[in-house]
Parts: sequence; structure tokens; C-alpha cells
Amino acid sequence: MNEPLPYKWPEEGNSRIPYWVYSDPRVYEREQERVFGGASYSFVALEADIPNPGDFKRTRIGDRPVVVVRDTDGGVNVLVNRCAHRGARYCYREHGNAKEFTCPYHQWTYDLTGALTGVPFRHGVKKQGGMPDDFKLEDHHLEALKCALRGGVIFASFDHSMPAFEDYLGPKMLGYFDRVFDGRELGILGYSRQRMRANWKLMFENLKDPYHASLLHVFLVSFGLFRADNPSQVQMDEKTGMHSVQVSRRGEQKASEGTREMRQFDQELRLHNPEMLQPVPEFPGDATVVMQTIWPNLIVQQQSNTLAMRQIQTLDAETFELHWTFFGYADDDDAMTMRRLRQANLMGPAGFVSVDDSEVMEAAQFGLGKYPDSEAVVEMGGRGVEDQDHMVTEVSIRAFYDHYRNVMGF
Amino acid sequence: MTDDPRLLRYEVEELFFAYVECLDEGEIERWPDFFTEDCLYKIISRENFERGLPLAAMLCEGRGGLMDRVVSVTTTSVYHDRALRHLLSNIRVKGVANGVIDVQANYAVLETLTNEFTTVFNAGKYLDKLVRQGDGLKFKEKLCVFDSVMVPTSLIFPI
Repeated sequence: MNEPLPYKWPEEGNSRIPYWVYSDPRVYEREQERVFGGASYSFVALEADIPNPGDFKRTRIGDRPVVVVRDTDGGVNVLVNRCAHRGARYCYREHGNAKEFTCPYHQWTYDLTGALTGVPFRHGVKKQGGMPDDFKLEDHHLEALKCALRGGVIFASFDHSMPAFEDYLGPKMLGYFDRVFDGRELGILGYSRQRMRANWKLMFENLKDPYHASLLHVFLVSFGLFRADNPSQVQMDEKTGMHSVQVSRRGEQKASEGTREMRQFDQELRLHNPEMLQPVPEFPGDATVVMQTIWPNLIVQQQSNTLAMRQIQTLDAETFELHWTFFGYADDDDAMTMRRLRQANLMGPAGFVSVDDSEVMEAAQFGLGKYPDSEAVVEMGGRGVEDQDHMVTEVSIRAFYDHYRNVMGF
Repeated sequence: MTDDPRLLRYEVEELFFAYVECLDEGEIERWPDFFTEDCLYKIISRENFERGLPLAAMLCEGRGGLMDRVVSVTTTSVYHDRALRHLLSNIRVKGVANGVIDVQANYAVLETLTNEFTTVFNAGKYLDKLVRQGDGLKFKEKLCVFDSVMVPTSLIFPI
């Protein structure tokens, strides 16, 4: 898809975001090809989602359906969910266990690596019909993606020339990734899903925007979980700006310079069940919040003891889904599991904090969606794309668009 | 405890009808009054529930947990205006043992956002445990198991 688009990025560069990137179907189609279908590793599953041979899980990369399956030898395969014959979606359960995959349409059968093993009536019926003599099963395997596994997390790419996942992330981002995925076996606590009437990039920007977090989220700020005046960092990967992380530390519930301009700060707010906000330190270092965004579809959430993968799946230019997988570690004791489940109240479709984001992203889409020729101003913390040691910044949004423009040719 | 199943059924239905009326009329401050002090309230997807995964979309432990939800809905959360309406059906007393009444019921919640058509926001079943307290019934446990894993935008109010 190299059809020229009738748009030009604003002259100011990364400190402006033209609104046509959030609503034009042609931009969306190009994203499917270049962002999700191109040189990127998309998160597809945790290994703990598919622990046993034959376990599978359906998911999407952008909007393209794929199946993640545990092979008989313990390896992991990611296959397009599109039969090699006529293109039907052969895997029609969300998760399960299979010895092989059989397409319901004409019963073409594949093994767990995606190799075609059977075609009914291949040699005809009563010497009539059948496939041509030169038809070879091995010419019609399911398209398999390049896989990368690290710390129990599975990524996949349509681009087989991708470098190692570690090089893709870069040492700084890998350090934050390994902090949570340190080799311990993970345990799934459950799934949540939301469909949002907004462009998928707004979700990413939400996690790259600490400016909003210290204003919109009265709950988060009032209880000191995330505030403009806590010691914090915003960092990007070394090469591109496509991945980033927000790191912060818990503060106190008190009024300060950081809350002075916040209209709704409530110093008197008290929880009836304060144990929901009593985290136990479990990671090295003093950070209590690490939110990492990994291009193009993953947010790794560590807020106190609540850990989750937030996977972005796209439906169209103005709709996306957020697929949450909440997890802990297989060796968590009951008290830790309960703590994670309690703190999960902060996040997800009914999250004390994340409800605000879902609602505000739609408000953004409803506003900007019909004004493609207007643009966003992203100048908090300057106009550059360097790491910063505070939260009063939109730097990682600028860094994201610096990379996005390269990939998209804008 | 009444021995008359017809009377019990009437009492249970009255409780459920009053409960959804409280939510539909926007009187969320009264919502915790329908529960016992040590109650457990959860909204959990059918997928998690049937797979034995413990994650709930909303988890309230005790009335304190319910009251924290009330605070968030009335004070801290930011959301678009909406009207919600619960439809109840098939309210069934499944059993009574040791003073605990097991009740199952179907529900559907209709959501109407400003200037939008009414949609079915959430549908599922209640799996509840009721106890007698004073001269009325209260929820000791209320489990809302919703059918579609996919939530449209966000789940703000209790069900």
C-alpha cells in the first residue's frame, strides 16, 4: 500500500500530531502493513497461557487473526488463523487444547507446526476429481510467524528478518522488562477485555503521558500512588523512541506544589478498605510503578503488586480492544495472590484508575475524530525526545511519533 | 426463617427488586445497605469463572469495599453520563441450608448514553447467598457472572 496520502505532517515536527492519523482508514490500512505487519515484535501470549503440549490461544496482531500454540516438543508456534485453502478461520475457539487443527470448511488438517497433513479427496473419489498430480502438501503449510520468547513472554513478527528480541528492545528497555520477567514461572490470575471507540494510538499515548496521570486520576493522585511531585523518570530505548517506560515512586497523601493546580485533589479522601493500597515491595530498587510500552501493541503494567499485560488489538481506525492478562508468579503465597487480586481493582474495565482513561480516550476520539486537519500540541517538557527525570512531560509521545513517522513515511 | 416457600420466594424477589431499583434510580449511596458487614461482592466474566481463574472486574470485600466503590463513582472517577436499567428474570431459590439461602437469577443491564440508542450493556447471572438479618434479608455474597468477556468501554457502576 504505497498510495500517496493527501497529508503532510505539520512543520513543527514531533511536537504536533495531526488528527488525520487517528481517523483516516487509509492511515489505518498502512499501519496494518507497516506497523503490525512490518518490522516489529507483537506480544501474543504468555507461556503460562498455553502451558501444555497442544494448548492454544487465539489472538490478533493489529487486526490479523493468529493462533499461538504449544508444540508437542514444548516449543511455541504462532500461525495465521487463515486456512491455506480458501482462507477460512480454522481455529474457532478462543482457547483450548488440540492435537491438530482441522478447518471446518473442507477439513484440511494441519499439525501444531502448521504443516498441512491431510486434504480430503486429494486423490479423488472413484477416480474422479482430486488434486492435480503435482499437488504437494508441503507447498501449502499455514503461514508461520517468527517467534521470540523471553522470560515467559511470547512475541511474534510477520517479518522473518527481525533481529533478536533483545536487540529490538535495547539494553535499557530490556532491563525494565527483565525486572518483572526474571525467569520465575508466571501464574495467570485472569483475563479482562474492553472495546473502546477510539484509535489504538490513544491507548499507547495514554501510557506515555504522565502529564494526564497526575491530573485526571484523582484516585491515583489523592492516595499518592502517582504524582507530579514524586521522583520519576521517563525513558526511551536507545535507538528509536518506539519503546518507553514511566518509572515512579509512591508518595504521600498530602497537598503540595504538585497538587496545587489539580482541581479535584482531595486530601481528606480515605478508603474504607485501605489494605487495597498496601503494597509489599517485591522488585529490586525503589520504584513502585513501572509502566512500559513496547512497540507496537504491548503495555507491561506494574503498579504496586498488580501486574498485567495490556495487549492492543485494532478493529478499525476508530475502534480498538484492550486485552488484559493479569498475572502473578507460580510461587506466590495466598496472601500475595489476594493482594494482587485486590489491587486489580485499580485497573481493568472497572478500574478505580483506568475507567478514567477509557472514558477520556473516547472523549478524545469524539473530539479530534471529525477534525482531521487540526492537530495536537505536545510541548510539555520541551520539543525534544530525550529521557527526562520528571513527570511534567510528554516527551515519550514525541519519541513515539518520531519513530511512527519513519515507519509510516510521514 | 420462614418455612413457607411461597413466602420466602416473595421475600427474595422483593429484595432483588429493591436492589435493582436502588441502582437504576441512581441511589448508589444506599447500595451497601443491601449487604451484610462481612459480605463479598464480585463482578466476574464467565470465562474467568468457568476456567477457575480468580480475577474479578470488580471485587469488594465487606461493606468497606462496597463503600470505596461508592466513593469512586460519586467522587473520583471521570465518566460520561448514562442511564442504567436492570431487567431481572428467573429468580430461583436453589436451596436453603444453615440459614443461608442460595439464589440464582438472570439479569440484563441496559445502558443509555446521552444522545445514543439504548444498548444491552451487560448480561449474566447472579449467584447469591442471602441471610436473614433483623427483619429482612441481606446479601452475604453476590456474584455477578457476565456472559461476554468483552466490556463496551468501561464498567463503572455496580451491577
